[in-house]
Amino acid sequence: MDERTQVADIDRSVYDIRNDSSRDYKLEAGLTAELVKKISNEKNDPEWMREFRLRSLEIYNSLDVPDWGPALDGLDMENIVTYVRPNTKMSAKWEEVPEDIKNTFERLGIPKAERESLAGVGAQYDSELVYHNVRKEVADLGVVYTDLESAMHGEYAQMIHTHFMQLVPPADHKFAALHGAVWSGGSFVYVPKGVKVEIPLQSYFRLNAPGAGQFEHTLIIVDEGAYLHFIEGCSAPKYNVANLHAGCVELFCGRGATIRYSTIENWSKNMYNLNTKRALVAEGGKVEWVSGSFGSHVSYLYPMTILQGKGSKMEFTGITFAGKGQNLDTGAKVLHAAPDTSSLINTKSISKDGGISTFRSAVEVKKQAEGAKSSVSCESLMLDDISRSDTIPAIDVRTCHADVGHEAQIGKISSEAVFYLMSRGLSEADARATIVSGFADNVSKELPLEYAVEMNNLIRLEMKGSIG
Amino acid sequence: METVLKIENLSVSAGEKEILHGVDLTIGKGEVHVLLGPNGTGKSTLGSAIMGSPEYNVTGGKMLYKGEDLTVQSVSERAKNGIFLSFQDPIEVPGITVSSFLRSALEAKSGKRVRLFDFKKQLEEKMEILGMDKAYANRDLNVGFSGGEKKKTEILQMLMLDPELAILDETDSGLDVDAVRTVSQGIAAYKAQSDGGLLIITHSTKILESLHVDFAHIMIDGNIVKTGGAELIDEVNAHGFSVYEEG
Repeated sequence: MDERTQVADIDRSVYDIRNDSSRDYKLEAGLTAELVKKISNEKNDPEWMREFRLRSLEIYNSLDVPDWGPALDGLDMENIVTYVRPNTKMSAKWEEVPEDIKNTFERLGIPKAERESLAGVGAQYDSELVYHNVRKEVADLGVVYTDLESAMHGEYAQMIHTHFMQLVPPADHKFAALHGAVWSGGSFVYVPKGVKVEIPLQSYFRLNAPGAGQFEHTLIIVDEGAYLHFIEGCSAPKYNVANLHAGCVELFCGRGATIRYSTIENWSKNMYNLNTKRALVAEGGKVEWVSGSFGSHVSYLYPMTILQGKGSKMEFTGITFAGKGQNLDTGAKVLHAAPDTSSLINTKSISKDGGISTFRSAVEVKKQAEGAKSSVSCESLMLDDISRSDTIPAIDVRTCHADVGHEAQIGKISSEAVFYLMSRGLSEADARATIVSGFADNVSKELPLEYAVEMNNLIRLEMKGSIG
Repeated sequence: METVLKIENLSVSAGEKEILHGVDLTIGKGEVHVLLGPNGTGKSTLGSAIMGSPEYNVTGGKMLYKGEDLTVQSVSERAKNGIFLSFQDPIEVPGITVSSFLRSALEAKSGKRVRLFDFKKQLEEKMEILGMDKAYANRDLNVGFSGGEKKKTEILQMLMLDPELAILDETDSGLDVDAVRTVSQGIAAYKAQSDGGLLIITHSTKILESLHVDFAHIMIDGNIVKTGGAELIDEVNAHGFSVYEEG
């Protein structure tokens, strides 16, 4: 049947292009102190970082794999290559990026988005950044957007030393420790007092090598009264071996500052996505998370916000789409540690073809957080009878003067709605995709237009072939 | 007159329960048919079955549209071939605006890209006929619309999709006098722009006042018990349906 859609169809092959990685520098698989030292040498770490890595490795070895979420049996660290350096150096010019890598990012639309709607772009390929650039007018405002490695040796060395993995300490969990030991790549952003970066910065993470891990670290510090929108995108071609992503994001939001952090995650379905994100918000500051989780085989992802300053706020808007063979455990956490803080968590999850989607939320209101307000809402849509959707909310309130609410709904696509749309000429696939896109609308509305289009494309892609 | 729809001895069930028991109905090009009857006699079932609702099964008889067997066509094929059903309870569809929904429906129907400029112009014209605020074009389809706005949006879709057979299922129910008048204007506009057939399903006759009706049918308990001209409407207005129920 003739197939037409709202937005241009995309081909999965855009995400699935694999480049040959045989010429790249790779460490042997597995994890030992020797390997960690090699990475440290490779990256020319300052001494404190080298020690930090080795200490993290010890912590890693002392911790157990989490047993409360999706099974991680398919992930064997002995088989994961923790460091793959593409055969190139980081550049601020796309012409200098090797052809095959550049083409990969071209297909993903990164240089085009950069020209049209971004203030700066970082592009990571396997373990290293291959491209990093920020618009001159933004740099002129004193905004720093660079790779963490070079920042560690420059003007901001001290700032990195005092912030790196302070929000997510290696002892937090096993994969945070792993990250501390083998992290590579990612971005460092500093926005000075009062500077409002009107258009977003974006980092894109591409994992190309089979059996490899990606451990990028994103450290963002937004000073008093400043504003930043940061976008993170990620994808990988599919392989038959497990790949691992254990990145870490740390956001420091100053007094009266606002950070908006948007993610469209589209890892391939052999990926273990064990990512940790955390924000610390000072008085009157606000952190807004927008999160779309579409890819990976297994995900553990619960961005956490610590509302440390009086009147600080957080908003989390998320969508998770679990298809065949996917077990996506996602959600959000918030800690109200000061008076008059507020949090709003609004998520949607979709499961189909036997996919499992679990929403976990944790809201903790401390004794001192009088006048705190929190609202959690989670809606799930199951597209068939073999899929699964669970909601696991946790609420811990230690003051009588707080307003805390939770709401959950689970539903199915109504056949009436499908009939209605088909009666106007839409195919069944398009009718269902339209309904699912509508369900995801709360997230697409929060995204810049191009990303909303990409998200709708992903939904349509996922919905394709969902009709027997 | 060229035949658009020919239904012979049609039986339709919902689950185990038979609702229509051998219905005959022929609608020609440009004809206006009215299907009258008390609530719950199967009028809407007939409309939904013509459109291909998955809630109903055709268990016997024939249903031909422009000479082709309808029962083998999917709902979207029927729509693309020119059948339209105005829903009694239009569904709210968040995330897609009236305008972009209509544009993709038109594109699905024609298989061609619809130029935005022409489309917008046409849409605004039709909205004006229905006295709709242009802002509705950019609102999510039916989301938060009043009953009257939903029905107007159905008629708007009919005018835009320009079907060859339009079925209006209780489009007048629950509407105030003004809204009924607006919907009637919409139907008149459809008559003016198209030589398609119309099947108007209703249990009241208000909507028919300003409309030229060619045929009226009375349905009781899943059967069409009487067919006549517009005079049948006056008969119903004067005596109600009870005379047909007894006979």
